[in-house]
Amino acid sequence: MDKVIIADNLSLSYSNDEAIINQVSFSINSGSFVFITGASGSGKSTLLKSLYGALKPKNGSLIVGGVELRKVSNSKLNFLRKHIGIVFQDYKLVKEWTIEKNIMLPLIINGYEKSVTTKQVDSLLKHVRLKHQAGKYPLELSGGEQQRVAMARALAHNPILILADEPTGNLDDYSSQLIWNLLEGANTQLKTTVIVVTHHIPDSMNVEFKHFHIEYGRIHAVN
Amino acid sequence: MQSIKNHLSLIIALFSIIFSMQVFIVVDRSINAYKQGLTDSYSVIVVSQKSIDTNTSMNFSPLVSSVSEITPDSVIKRLNTNMNNKNIELLKVSLPKFYKLQLNTYPSPDEIKELTKSILQNPSVTKVEDFAHNHDKIYKLLLLFKGMIGIFAITIFIVTSLLIFKELRIWQLKHSERMSIMGLFGAPMWLRSAVLFRLSIVDAFIASLIAFGVFTYISMEPYVLQQFSNIGISVVIFNKIDDFILLFSVSIFLSVLLAMLIVLGHKEEA
Repeated sequence: MDKVIIADNLSLSYSNDEAIINQVSFSINSGSFVFITGASGSGKSTLLKSLYGALKPKNGSLIVGGVELRKVSNSKLNFLRKHIGIVFQDYKLVKEWTIEKNIMLPLIINGYEKSVTTKQVDSLLKHVRLKHQAGKYPLELSGGEQQRVAMARALAHNPILILADEPTGNLDDYSSQLIWNLLEGANTQLKTTVIVVTHHIPDSMNVEFKHFHIEYGRIHAVN
Repeated sequence: MQSIKNHLSLIIALFSIIFSMQVFIVVDRSINAYKQGLTDSYSVIVVSQKSIDTNTSMNFSPLVSSVSEITPDSVIKRLNTNMNNKNIELLKVSLPKFYKLQLNTYPSPDEIKELTKSILQNPSVTKVEDFAHNHDKIYKLLLLFKGMIGIFAITIFIVTSLLIFKELRIWQLKHSERMSIMGLFGAPMWLRSAVLFRLSIVDAFIASLIAFGVFTYISMEPYVLQQFSNIGISVVIFNKIDDFILLFSVSIFLSVLLAMLIVLGHKEEA
């Protein structure tokens, strides 16, 4: 099976601080569903940031989708990011845009035709049960609804990899379940690799998953 | 409201630059027109003991456009009281030759000195009268005025460029969140900054249009035309095509250049 992520002796730190992730090696197969857990401040989000190139490795190597991220050019990084869907804990929606346009963003960046874009956004809005809110702005929605928009945006361009940073952190049960269903659906139906950083793994997962735990800067496979 | 304010400050800054630039152009045109007027009415008189070949005397300096001999008849006519024709003819022969040199452009004091020196190299030339002092004061005053306007325009250019830079920096901060989000999804720099460039181009266009309106009005204002008429010059205050293209180009170039500097200085959010 293809490896979508290969980390070898990877160390991560902010500027010259002590390494948050220290000499870890792991790999993730294409099409797998992975949970990364750990205590607050253990480096889960830091590791996730490094996977989309927002934090460059201090030492070691990190290859995502065939792109070595330690010495990556801007154009290569942009190319990689075009194939990744990211769900942020703080949603990161563009406040001045309607939710429809927010979901459209990766499709615009990837140069999809307008007819395809419209159709895809329409379908995603139905999936996240926000069709009736299409023209609203993010700040007019609840936290759960905003996270569903962020989820729809991450799925819009059928990415090869979805990275989700505590996607259900502060959500109600309904929104949480909807998010998990969408992530499971992407993984099972589209064979998208899904990596979720979370404090706890939901009990009712319907997909086979891998579980990594981060402690003291080291990563351990739990199952 | 805040957005209109942001636009207005950039438009006003750009307008100030192109306004001062056009004022400088008008002053320059006025000085050139005045200079041409001076050139037309200005000539150098050369007194020579012998006849000078008017063709070869053109070689005195490239400044000389034409040389003509001044007939002594008018002088003699004034002296002609009790002289008979024979004496008049004798006087004509003994009088030195007078030549009038027309010039291509109005010369600077240094050019006049050079010209006088060059003419005096001819041994038969006894005197060169340049009358320069009559025009020098006004001409120098105009040059001083042009210099002052130039310094004023450069100062406005620097100050307003800094203002534009600040303004675009505010825009960048305002748009940085959106730019960063777009970057996280792989948008290339040009796409992330498209709004910044679009806004600066639109504002540059608006500033140029306002300048077009203002200068079209000024160029038709009877009071302004009267002032130019009073000093005896005719100047194109605003050429609706050439000048507008120039102002628009400067405005666009400046705003795009500054927007580009802002974009290149943008740091990615980690």
